[in-house]
Amino acid sequence: MLSKKQARAFFLGGTLVTFLIFIGLTVYSLSGEQDQTNEENLTAEVVRGKEIWETNNCMGCHTLLGEGGYYAPELTKVIDRLNFKYNDNGEEVIKGILMSKVPWQPNGRQMVAYGMTEGEAKDVIAFFKWIGEIDLNGFGEVVGVDRKISPLAKDKINN
Amino acid sequence: MKYKSQKVAYWFFALSMLLFGLQLVYGFIMGFAHAGYDGLHDVIPFNTAKAVHLNLLVVWLLSGFMGAAYYIIPEEAQRELVSVKLAYVQLISLALVGVAAIVGFHFNIWEGRKFLEIPRGLDYLVVVNVLLFLGLILVTLFKGKRQTTTALVLSMGLLFAALLYLPGMLPFDSQVTDSFFRWWVVHLWVEGVWELIMGGILSFLLIKLTGVDREVIEKWLYVIVGLTFLSGVLGTGHHYYYIGVNKIWLIVGGIFSALEPLAFLAMALFAVNMYRKGEKKHPNKLALYWTLGAAIVSFVGAGLLGFAHTLPQTNLYTHGTLVTAMHGHLAFWGAYAMIVLAIISYSLPNMTGRKLYDSSMGRMAFWLSNIGMIGMTVAFGVAGVAQVYLERKFGRDFMEVQLEIEIHFIVLILCATLFSTGIVLYMIDFYRHGTPNDEALVAKE
Repeated sequence: MLSKKQARAFFLGGTLVTFLIFIGLTVYSLSGEQDQTNEENLTAEVVRGKEIWETNNCMGCHTLLGEGGYYAPELTKVIDRLNFKYNDNGEEVIKGILMSKVPWQPNGRQMVAYGMTEGEAKDVIAFFKWIGEIDLNGFGEVVGVDRKISPLAKDKINN
Repeated sequence: MKYKSQKVAYWFFALSMLLFGLQLVYGFIMGFAHAGYDGLHDVIPFNTAKAVHLNLLVVWLLSGFMGAAYYIIPEEAQRELVSVKLAYVQLISLALVGVAAIVGFHFNIWEGRKFLEIPRGLDYLVVVNVLLFLGLILVTLFKGKRQTTTALVLSMGLLFAALLYLPGMLPFDSQVTDSFFRWWVVHLWVEGVWELIMGGILSFLLIKLTGVDREVIEKWLYVIVGLTFLSGVLGTGHHYYYIGVNKIWLIVGGIFSALEPLAFLAMALFAVNMYRKGEKKHPNKLALYWTLGAAIVSFVGAGLLGFAHTLPQTNLYTHGTLVTAMHGHLAFWGAYAMIVLAIISYSLPNMTGRKLYDSSMGRMAFWLSNIGMIGMTVAFGVAGVAQVYLERKFGRDFMEVQLEIEIHFIVLILCATLFSTGIVLYMIDFYRHGTPNDEALVAKE
């Protein structure tokens, strides 16, 4: 039968080994060769966009990379989806929403009216563009325009 | 109660109760908004309600863990707390930091990173507060007459929880790296070191309630926390599937997070077996309900429902949907809220001297809150699965789908009302016990 000493050795040994593997994998997957984010495109504009994203807690309602509030739409690939819906005017639509002084409320669900300047709106769009180009191991297709090519969406296109 | 200084725990528990009540209010605001009634939007928009709901949860659970430590450590170490005054300073500063953060969220002052919304300035105060807490606990433990496994596991959990707060404070330009290290805090807390805290409290309660030999209980405690880390650390990978990092996490995260339910299963089997084995039947039935309840519900909520969407093939579609909220609610309730309510139920009569061990109000509190929470989980689950199919599989627009699933939020609100009734009863029971006093001291072993 297992003794307390053996149980402790299992706990300490297991923890140490898994932690070391975890740290090793972290170093490996964040290394330059493994980059899937096009880090070279991380411009000052994109970084400012991320700051605006954070200081307004956009993640409190929206999701991005599948993480956030589940109350408002996923914003990964949002420009592609809006381009598809609004005849390639996606960026203009986003600008309109972010600069609006009255709450945008599609189907009755309200968004906070941020009344951003054009410069700020452009930064956020640059951030969304950078996010949209990341290789997400398949998730990008699930939330992107490609999913529109489902039987239901095809009917919509044909009509 | 054996040591006067254990009374400090009461005030941490009282703070927990207060913040827990407030958390429910913000939960309702969000539930109504999802159901289409967002009348408070101009004052408390959804992102504010969300940040408040999540952070109140974290702060009331931490306050509960700290209270648990202030109660358990003196008894395990067999000595008074090194400084009661500093413990009160720590309590008041914790409350102030928590309230400041919550008020700030209403004025757009936050960091906007889920679970870690507390702004940077306050983060430093959190660190100072936690260091003070750890200092008090660790000095008491090591100056004490004995260092038990239960006390060591509990303290180790608290120490690692503090250390793991730090990666969340690192600034990154890339959203992907930012998110990567955010999970070092959030995942390694809830699916790692918090389980040590839970295990420590559970072990203390089982020793007290069942009378099973400490050596036996503590041996299994090591096995359980061993399983937790063995699966949970690399299980962090399930948050890395689709956020823009290497595919290796699909394999590593998939395998190890699939093993995570084992730790919770072990915990449930352990608690039930110790209860069966125990010859001593402690009169505090309510504490026993909550203790066994925590072990079992955490297995269902954290273990089984976590497993339900942890494999990469499933998670590809459920990632970022209400399915996560389904798992999140029952997991936090079972694993952490219930264990805090268990230690409160156990320690309260000991601190106040009022032996209200069993009452119909206490039982109602247990059953209503649990049935309510299971109902809420089902409502979230139905809404989440419908969302996955309509939005992710059939490609329908996000808001169209949200309108379709509004009805499930009405069900959610009804179940949440049941849940809240249970919690209000628990609070009334808490209040009925009165405040702690020295007359409740019992002779030391």
